[in-house]
Amino acid sequence: MTAALLIRRRSYLQGPARLLITPAILFLVVASIAPLFATIKFSLTDYRLLSPGTSGFAGLTNYAHLLASPDFIPAMVNTLALIAVVLAATIAGGLVLALLLDGPVIGRGALRLLVISPFFVMPPVSALLWKNLLMQPVSGFFAWLSGLAGLQAFDWFAHAPLLSIALIVAWQWLPFAALILLTSLQSFDHELREAAQLDGASPLAILRHLVLPHLTRPIAIVVMIETIFLIGVFAEILVTTGGGAGSTNLAFLVYSQAMLQYDIGAASAAGLIAVVFANLLAIFLVRAVGRSLDA
Amino acid sequence: MSARPRNRAIATLLAWGASLAIAFPLLWTLLTSFKTELEAVAFPPRFLSFDWTLANYRGALADGEYLHALVNSVIIAGGSSALVLALAIPAAWAMAFAPTRRTRSVLLWMLSTKMLPPVGVFIPIFLFYRDWGLLDSRIGIALLLAAGNLPIAAWMLFSNFREVPGEILEAARMDGASLRQEIVTVLAPLALPGIASTFFLVFTLAWNESFWSLNLATTEAAPLTAFIAAFSSPQGLFWARLSAASILSIAPVLLIGWLCQRQLVRGLTFGAVK
Repeated sequence: MTAALLIRRRSYLQGPARLLITPAILFLVVASIAPLFATIKFSLTDYRLLSPGTSGFAGLTNYAHLLASPDFIPAMVNTLALIAVVLAATIAGGLVLALLLDGPVIGRGALRLLVISPFFVMPPVSALLWKNLLMQPVSGFFAWLSGLAGLQAFDWFAHAPLLSIALIVAWQWLPFAALILLTSLQSFDHELREAAQLDGASPLAILRHLVLPHLTRPIAIVVMIETIFLIGVFAEILVTTGGGAGSTNLAFLVYSQAMLQYDIGAASAAGLIAVVFANLLAIFLVRAVGRSLDA
Repeated sequence: MSARPRNRAIATLLAWGASLAIAFPLLWTLLTSFKTELEAVAFPPRFLSFDWTLANYRGALADGEYLHALVNSVIIAGGSSALVLALAIPAAWAMAFAPTRRTRSVLLWMLSTKMLPPVGVFIPIFLFYRDWGLLDSRIGIALLLAAGNLPIAAWMLFSNFREVPGEILEAARMDGASLRQEIVTVLAPLALPGIASTFFLVFTLAWNESFWSLNLATTEAAPLTAFIAAFSSPQGLFWARLSAASILSIAPVLLIGWLCQRQLVRGLTFGAVK
């Protein structure tokens, strides 16, 4: 909607309208903007919970220590690796699922329910179920499957903790990608596809030249929204590895700096780095969504 | 023409295979929840030939901890969702029906607060809560979850309200309806389905939220997320018990989720995908 149209629709509600919006804005300012400024302040302070006397302005010392600490670079790399693996898995898997469900299948409604289900499982539940019932190397289900295939059982969390966590998170987000891509596929012009078929285009050519271009925007939206949530992956790490074995990400680093090492300054600095990272991605999302407002 | 039914059969088979594989971890958990602990770890795994038992469910329901966590989850998710609606309905209503030059920036600003990862504000909130006695309190958690879900609700409701045809409201106004009558008799019936699905979405998100609830609610206010997370350091055999507790914890929102999966897409993409 253009600004001109917005103004034309403006009605007699000017005064009261402002009153109606104010509580929501105030609440968000108090609950998220104000604490963010406090985080900035803490990140510039030497503040340890166990030695209250040392609190004072510290300049960029916390950032310098953080960058120099052996935990930071791995946590940063893990954060990015986790996001990359989950995005790749959910978009590839979601695309396959969406194409399958968009086909001439019987019982599409029931299939949607099956596919969407993992999305509603709380993170501690999915993490513990996967770790114990499926990935456990002695009597887990995957161990049995690899036995059937004549392979040695793989000890997931001992040998690939980060990948294991990524798989669990990918399982939770696969429904989201699949559902959004399916929704977009269903708005796809099927007559166009049939015309291409009649002209003798191969299914692959149709996918490549007609379907995928149509899905560019929904895929971009999936990437950005998942990324926002994936920066904060926490519970899956806490209940499986407890941050050990090199599976700590940025969010978990903030937690361990604050709650296990009581270093408020360093934890705040790490938290702010996560914020900056998230905002770089956010700029793209706001642009994409802003465009949909105009549509 | 004989290729058509065969294509359909193959497509159906593939789709069902893939979908069942995605849902398999949950189906397996459901099955395990009816086994004894010994059968749960049996190798090779038992599929249907085992002594079905309800003992795990009976155990979980008899356990005061589970019920305590369930009550906390209902109160926290319900309370925060109610607060979200109380703030978002008026705001979305005003933005949809009395938009100004700034409406667009207000909406985008709300969306941008969603870009703030919880760890970015964790430290000050933790310290503030510690000093004000809000740690391990249901109100404390509910307030934070409300702040996290308010932008989503405002967006969902805004795009919902905007679909209410303005002519109907104008007609009501022409007929001399007061603002209150306009809202109660014309707008509410049209907007209620959207409000209901918004409530369910934010309720589900609050129910499953696992950063604040695991960090700030340790015992008294611990919801189901924290109850389940406590299984991460167990003793002895516990798979069947974990399975039953898991099923009991996810069942309510799974049902809700199935009912409003279509609104989910729109809500979580801030209206960008309908």
